[in-house]
Amino acid sequence: MKRTQNTIQSVLESYPPEPRYLLALLQDIQEQDHYISVEAMQVVAGYLDVPESRVYSVATFYTALSLVPLGRHVIKVCSGTACHLRGAPVIVEAFEKELGIKNGETTPDRMFTIQTVNCLGACAMAPVVMIDDEVYGKMTAVRVPEIIEGVRASDSE
Amino acid sequence: MILNNPNDLESLRQNLMAEKAVTKVWVCAGPGCLAKGSRKIYDAFLKEGRELNLEVDYRAGATGCQGFCEKGPLVTIELPGNEPDILYMNVKVKDVSQILEKTVLKGEIIESLLYRDPLTKERCRKKEDIPYYATQKEVVLGHLGHISPLSIDDYIRAGGYAGLAKAISESPEEVVGTVKASGLRGRGGAGFPTGVKWEGALKQPVEDKYVVANGDEGDPGAFMDRALMEGDPHAVIEGLIIGGYAIGAHNGILYVRNEYPLAVEHLRHAIAQAEDYGLLGDDILGSGFGFRLSITRGGGAFVCGESTALMNSIEGLAGVPRVKYIRSTEKGLWEAPAVLNNVESWANIPQILANGSEWFSSMGTEKSAGTKVFSLVGKVKNSGLVEVPMGTTLREIIEVIGGGVANNRKFKAVQSGGPSGGCLPAEKLDSPVDFERLKDAGSMMGSGGLIVMDDHTCMVNVAQYFVDFLVEESCGKCTPCREGLRVMQQIFHDLTSGNARPGDTELLKKVAENVRDTALCGLGKTAANPVLSTMRFFPEEYAEHEQEGFCRAGVCKGLYALEVDPEACTGCGLCMRVCPASAVTGEKKAPHFIDKTKCVTCGSCLDACRFDAIRVVRGGMKND
Repeated sequence: MKRTQNTIQSVLESYPPEPRYLLALLQDIQEQDHYISVEAMQVVAGYLDVPESRVYSVATFYTALSLVPLGRHVIKVCSGTACHLRGAPVIVEAFEKELGIKNGETTPDRMFTIQTVNCLGACAMAPVVMIDDEVYGKMTAVRVPEIIEGVRASDSE
Repeated sequence: MILNNPNDLESLRQNLMAEKAVTKVWVCAGPGCLAKGSRKIYDAFLKEGRELNLEVDYRAGATGCQGFCEKGPLVTIELPGNEPDILYMNVKVKDVSQILEKTVLKGEIIESLLYRDPLTKERCRKKEDIPYYATQKEVVLGHLGHISPLSIDDYIRAGGYAGLAKAISESPEEVVGTVKASGLRGRGGAGFPTGVKWEGALKQPVEDKYVVANGDEGDPGAFMDRALMEGDPHAVIEGLIIGGYAIGAHNGILYVRNEYPLAVEHLRHAIAQAEDYGLLGDDILGSGFGFRLSITRGGGAFVCGESTALMNSIEGLAGVPRVKYIRSTEKGLWEAPAVLNNVESWANIPQILANGSEWFSSMGTEKSAGTKVFSLVGKVKNSGLVEVPMGTTLREIIEVIGGGVANNRKFKAVQSGGPSGGCLPAEKLDSPVDFERLKDAGSMMGSGGLIVMDDHTCMVNVAQYFVDFLVEESCGKCTPCREGLRVMQQIFHDLTSGNARPGDTELLKKVAENVRDTALCGLGKTAANPVLSTMRFFPEEYAEHEQEGFCRAGVCKGLYALEVDPEACTGCGLCMRVCPASAVTGEKKAPHFIDKTKCVTCGSCLDACRFDAIRVVRGGMKND
């Protein structure tokens, strides 16, 4: 609780205490902590002087915000229309099989989270996968094990 | 430096234009090229340029999307003098030193990096010779590839902020009149006349008003607004300042999709630059008009593309739509009048002011003036960003610019309008693209995603894809959208898994029509469009799924089997390499074989085969 308050304090101070900054505040906290904790929601509600229920409603409405901690490496499989047509579902399945988790879940070691995202805007390279800041274009299911291996190797460095 | 009046701006422009002409190397940093590693190429140009001591006569810049994503990374070379630009394609880091030594230093063209016309086998020296660009008309995209998005001077040199200077020399009523006369209609998809919207807000007798840019580009398969915000941020900003002046708003908000961090970065940078020049602030160009801009990042919710949901989101609430008995131009943001336009609409404004309404309305069709930017994607040879005059036919866009269907497969449909739009079959390809005629044909303009589908695309699956998407994205406020979509999703699941009951298609249609007629907001009302349009144009596919449990496209798992046609197979082995289940066997250059007991019907081989040698046949193993 103490630690949460300290790290959140710096985020709070970058915005005036007005309700309009609620979403922006939560986004910054998400960026910093990779999730929105119950404590964080309480602190934000106090700072903006809005009911906790309003913070909760915003925190649960937007997909950019997560109430559970995500893995260190988030695998974003683009499922925009172009990627879908060019086989995104097959790519999702391949990642699920490789990591033993379902789409939306995080591996027990908190290393990977699989997510599908609506459109990464790189349709010419469909199907596209983004892991951290790296974009993998023209993906195929057979490349999945090798890519996971590569991320694991860079993580242990 | 503060520009105190329009003359200051003009003399700055003259000074910038008088600077010594240098060779400019523009590396495309649009989303497609970035994904192909163009950042490394840009870095190599900077580094090797320094090593060759080229700083004086040469400048490298990273630009917004240059359009032809399929052939990226793209590099445009602008030579001094009147030489036409050179466009290099598929550039690799190892090509950089050669480009610097030959093209930049000596003006020589490297043939192997030029576009090669697949029909004539000729290399294209000029951009206009490339069929992909030849039929396009770059108005909104005109700056992309020729300016650095991080340089306000580049923008001003290219004519930027002249529209603003023109606007403040006129009365707000005159500015609104110009926009109205131009015939500009909302580029977000609905096509509401922009000038009429502005007029509504101008008439409100209150101090506090807002202009808002909708950059929450949520339609999957569309990236036009991203390209504009990342590649030409000042055009959007200038549009907003003009809009603010016209309706009497002193605050503007750019609402940018959460997934576009680079757009946020470039817009922030551009806002700071405009403030430094006094183009944003208390007394813009000495006019006495004050205007400020801020950015709100979206939270990753598709529904926030709906105008009232977007305004709720700006206010720090959950982004759910409001009931629209009061127009946003009367009470929009914080109960104050607000004009909300799409990013592409805003980017058109500066040029309309600078060049006049007649210039704009001379392009396009009678009821749909100007151009429209599309992202041409899916199963098409040349994916990329395309700008054409309104009224261009779908056939021209797909066959001439797009080069036809990828892998020489058969065209099946083109989807426009995102999850609110429809799929049009081959017989509608000669429809001109404008707001009315696309609607007449059975689809809608939408924000500009054009997704090409080949015969290996299941139309039932496509409709299911959009319904799945909308179930996730429905905000849940109104019952028809929230519950109706779920019911549709269940029926689709049964259809595509071989568990359909007789009459399911009919039931699906009824539910879809109900959602269309009763949902609260525009997104809900149009949610049924992908379902109803695929049903209208591809009834046979629905019938086969419902009655036979067969998917002729080879997409729905278990509803088909695959065989290799030994006549057509060349034994290239591509199918074997992409098969994740090791179900394909065969010797090199001999016909291959698919083991049906091992095949997981993922369709990877179908997509990969370049010889149309894999056949979809009946007799799939249904799954649950």
